Amino acid sequence: MINAWWIIGGVLFVLLNTAAGLIWLERRMLALWQDRYGPNRAGPFGLFIVLADTLKLFFKEDWIPPFADKVVFVFAPAVVVASVLMSFVIVPFAPGIVVADLNIGILFFLAMSSLGVYSIVLGGWASNNKYALLGAMRGASQMISYEVFMGLALMGVVVLSGSFNLQQIVESQRTVWFVIPQLLGFLIFMVAGVAETHRLPFDIPEAESELVAGFHSEYSGMKFGMFFIGEYLGVTLISAMVVTLYFGGWLGPSFLPPVVWFAIKTFAFISLFILLRASMPRPRYDQLMEYGWKVLFPLSLLNLLVTAAIKLWLVTK
Amino acid sequence: MDIAFIVAALIAVAATVRVITCYNIMHALLYLVVSLLAVAVVLYTYGAPFMAVLEIIIYAGAIMVLIIFFVMMLNLGLETAEHEKAWLRPRIWIVPGIFCVVLLGELLYLILQNKQPSAGIQVVPPKQVGMALFGPYLIAVELTGILLMAGIVGAYHLGRQHKKTVHRFLENNLNT
Repeated sequence: MINAWWIIGGVLFVLLNTAAGLIWLERRMLALWQDRYGPNRAGPFGLFIVLADTLKLFFKEDWIPPFADKVVFVFAPAVVVASVLMSFVIVPFAPGIVVADLNIGILFFLAMSSLGVYSIVLGGWASNNKYALLGAMRGASQMISYEVFMGLALMGVVVLSGSFNLQQIVESQRTVWFVIPQLLGFLIFMVAGVAETHRLPFDIPEAESELVAGFHSEYSGMKFGMFFIGEYLGVTLISAMVVTLYFGGWLGPSFLPPVVWFAIKTFAFISLFILLRASMPRPRYDQLMEYGWKVLFPLSLLNLLVTAAIKLWLVTK
Repeated sequence: MDIAFIVAALIAVAATVRVITCYNIMHALLYLVVSLLAVAVVLYTYGAPFMAVLEIIIYAGAIMVLIIFFVMMLNLGLETAEHEKAWLRPRIWIVPGIFCVVLLGELLYLILQNKQPSAGIQVVPPKQVGMALFGPYLIAVELTGILLMAGIVGAYHLGRQHKKTVHRFLENNLNT
């Protein structure tokens, strides 16, 4: 058993570096898909763009508008990073490598992701700016609605594995990954995950073509950086959760250690997130809500009902 | 565990006091969120992790977000804070204060009266909660479901808008 402090330190180190590295990765990949070079001057493959960006953010004027609610304005960006980092507590990276092996793992993830809404709402409200407020309203309603389908889609996995504990969920995928019996659940979870991290195509809380920059219009410097890092951490979190819940977590052929399998699978989903950004148009706000409540909600309920019925039939047979 | 409990309980009480005394409604709501989170920690230390997480998901994560959402749309600014200040004069506090002191005295008396050893803390796993809800308490669960359903239908009925004819020409035709 590895010392818990080492695990916590390692997870923090890897995550924060991943979030920073994603800045470079996203720009390079977007450029690749749009037939241009992207940042390629500073350092090998333009990797030092991360350093340049961070330095820029640190040296920008850290401005708090005089009309803003100061305490809440400063507090809001911290919420998103804190809540996402807290969610990583329950992600099992390999057998035994998990910060807290909670019995209520999935529920803890849902609880933390529901707290993440506060950062958008408070950030938008405290800015005291019309665009920010509109962005915050959109963000709040989008995240509250998509949380519902996210939770319902997850319940299919819980029914199949009979546990909320993520290590046990991974162990019960030894015969078959849950993406096959839970294909519908996986798709719904993926869509809800994109909406939860408000990435493109579901980035209507910030929608720069209509709302300037949405809920973070008034933010600058490292406070904006926190929203930025929080978004990349969120992308990593949703990818890690998809891998754990539907793609067998650390399971894989034994020529590579389990952590490496986990990292490879997670990386694949992070790339998918970036590809989505490069290829999808943004829906209108009411289209997004309608799609959620009229399509995804009934589908996730149906998925749960059918899964439960089949499981019950198999058990009693 | 005792220290964790005491700290969480103190935070819960302090935050709840601030909810009542805060003039700015948004800050009051944020204190309420903190108080709910503290209560979740209290529940966790008392061996009910399932309840603790549900407290966060449902109260802190959903209901409070909705309330903050509506307060945000009302756009209550400094004026309302001034109003609150005017409403919450010290004289207003006297009667509720007396009631609270009486209740507190009663509580302390009852606690000191029969001092019993604190019950052994036992962790309740989610499965057991589910078994209890769909076993002995099945009827209560179903009745709650029906009540909530009635609430939803009622809300839909109240919030329903009659279909408006947008076009002026059609409207005139309907009136005549």
